[in-house]
Amino acid sequence: MAKVTIDGITVEVPDGTTILNAARQIGGEIVPPAMCYYTSLKDSGGKCRVCLVKVTQGSAKDPRPMPKLVASCRTTVADGMVIENISSPEVLEARKGVVEFLLINHPLDCPICDQAGECDLQDLSYEHGLADTRYEFERRTFEKIDIGDKIKLHMTRCILCYRCVLVANQLTEQRVHGVLDRGDRAEISTYIEKAVDNDFSGNMIDVCPVGALTDRTFRFKSRVWFTKPMDAHRNCTKCCGKVVLWTKGNDVLRVTARKDRYGEVSEFICNECRYEHKNLADWVVEGPRHINRHSVISQNHYEKIDLLKLKKEVERQLVFQKGKQLPPANQSTTYSTENGNSQTQTHA
Amino acid sequence: MGKKLLLEHINEPGIQSFEVYRKKGGYASVEKALKSMKPDEVTEEVKRSGLRGRGGAGFPTGMKWTFLDRRSEKPRYLVCNADESEPGTFKDRYLMEHLPHLLVEGMITSSYALGAKTSYIYIRGEYMYIVRILEKAIEEAYANGFLGKNILGTDYSLDLYVHPGAGAYICGEETALLESLEGKRGNPRLKPPFPAIAGLYACPTVVNNVETIAAVVPIINIGGDEYAKIGVGKSTGTKLISASGHINKPGVYEIELGIPVEEFIFSDEYCGGIWKDRRLKAVVAGGSSVPILPADLIFTTAKGEPRLMTYESLADGGFATGTMLGSGGFIVMDETASIVENLYTFSRFYHHESCGQCSPCREGTGWLEKILHRLREGHGKKEDVDLLVSVAKNIEGKTICPLGEAAAWPVASAVKHFRKEFEEAAARLQLSAVQKAELATH
Repeated sequence: MAKVTIDGITVEVPDGTTILNAARQIGGEIVPPAMCYYTSLKDSGGKCRVCLVKVTQGSAKDPRPMPKLVASCRTTVADGMVIENISSPEVLEARKGVVEFLLINHPLDCPICDQAGECDLQDLSYEHGLADTRYEFERRTFEKIDIGDKIKLHMTRCILCYRCVLVANQLTEQRVHGVLDRGDRAEISTYIEKAVDNDFSGNMIDVCPVGALTDRTFRFKSRVWFTKPMDAHRNCTKCCGKVVLWTKGNDVLRVTARKDRYGEVSEFICNECRYEHKNLADWVVEGPRHINRHSVISQNHYEKIDLLKLKKEVERQLVFQKGKQLPPANQSTTYSTENGNSQTQTHA
Repeated sequence: MGKKLLLEHINEPGIQSFEVYRKKGGYASVEKALKSMKPDEVTEEVKRSGLRGRGGAGFPTGMKWTFLDRRSEKPRYLVCNADESEPGTFKDRYLMEHLPHLLVEGMITSSYALGAKTSYIYIRGEYMYIVRILEKAIEEAYANGFLGKNILGTDYSLDLYVHPGAGAYICGEETALLESLEGKRGNPRLKPPFPAIAGLYACPTVVNNVETIAAVVPIINIGGDEYAKIGVGKSTGTKLISASGHINKPGVYEIELGIPVEEFIFSDEYCGGIWKDRRLKAVVAGGSSVPILPADLIFTTAKGEPRLMTYESLADGGFATGTMLGSGGFIVMDETASIVENLYTFSRFYHHESCGQCSPCREGTGWLEKILHRLREGHGKKEDVDLLVSVAKNIEGKTICPLGEAAAWPVASAVKHFRKEFEEAAARLQLSAVQKAELATH
């Protein structure tokens, strides 16, 4: 076991844990963002550089600081390590720089992008990006490609996180797609635009942090925040069968795997579940899926909530914000948190 | 005349062939090492010589060899990095072209020291004609019993292969080189683990530059202590410098580390002074990725001491007033040279060669190139100069491999030392706007 301190909070984690996962055990705001790291994909991470942190003390044995900022998703902890994330201006400055780099060639076509509303890059740029761009040149663009009959590749939006390449590599036996060319001309591609054709290819869409890979059966059907996510399952011989149905009325518009609070899928689903059962009758619906209160997806209030209770809670919080003592909560609602601060609790 | 350890017999006719090379005392280090020394003694000798990596970083070679995981039961590999692609550097090409057997000899002696049974020379794809030269040399070495099973009747066996790359600068980065050698896309790996623990095929591996491996030959021949006598302080031995640019005698020179920079540029033995009797403006001392220095700082350090051709002296003053010896690509610019033009060329190179794996380098190098292109074409803005520095700062230290730094350092140093020139380039916009306005009125 190793004791590490991240932004002043100490946590004990097993040896070999990465800094990012140690931070996730603490949770909250100190967790570095991650655009390319994916827990269930081997060798992922280290590429996007948004998770950079500063190691001010290498370990208890060797207290020297690390000379450069390190990628928290691939750097393992050592006993006595001291890490600064949001408490270090250097880290925040670096992250701002990286987000700027990720955006200079990004089309910023969020209004017509299916990923909008559940896009990691969108969240990240709201948090760290500039309101204005310093980049005045033409952005690089690519042609849109259909890879397979179900997936659209919109390379212009890609941030080259390599997650989909790893999915193709690790979930199936045939490697059919990879990265061509290099530098900012690098592109995800299949072998001479051959179709990606395997039972688990749809997971490439789920792991994509931006809108580069989208579901062709869902494209332009609806904004994600107009659909209601429902947990559901069915007996599937190929995969776990546990999915999220994104519904509008009684129509199932889209089926995805279940993502945790960091946007990661731990149990991948097969293409049959994803594309061929868009009928509520095929599924056992477990109930509405809990979505982070701050996400736009939760804005349509599809979850059944007691509005009266919510109003009371809001009033209670307002009193607290005016500096008065927090009145006791009558009954905790879905949205209140135990310590009364505005931190959100996301239910995975 | 300075001592020549590597290029001593370079002008010998037919030195490319095994017979002539052998007649001139070639392969003596292999005989000496294999017959009278234990592998660890060879390593010890290299350690005592104080030899530092000639590829650019200047890491002590002996120490690198001792880091090799010898307890592992996996096979060990020695890989020679001949992917010489740094703009301004062409010493390895010269060495391999004219003295292929020196490299082969160095590979055998070094492999013996490291206990490698298979070794590779990873050579850049553009050097295809050298691949043939090396392969011929290796063939001759096999035929004469210096490679293959039971070399010189001892129980040491070694196979040596030449592997051409496909023309990527990034494959000169050691982990990208290993990826490429394994047949994968040449993306640098995240470190740790370092190649000494898990390198080629996840086995312990040492990656050394061509010149480093060639230098092992004289070290074993004359002894590490004797080698360490040449040079100043921690910069020992001789170094090949590829001198280019506005000088009278461009070419590859073998210098004893420690000669003054002034002597190197102006003496007739080496560069022979600035051409056409012009004045010196700036020097890039160690290949395109090291900081550029203006004339006044290249001859004397900020402290006022004369600057010497050593790792320490050139780095004196850090990045504020110093540079690096790097790979020895010595580019001299006279008073007519444009720093903006030169920096644009460098930035275009790094943009072209970025592997695209990590975001700061992938996006940042292209941005730098575009800003410099704008400045060069006279469409620049006043803010562009600060923007350049800011973008370079955002790349530096944030990337997986040192290509990010290599792209950022020249920009940061050029703007620092020649800011006026950039501002002038930016001011050209105002001028051209005025001219256009006048055109419109007529």
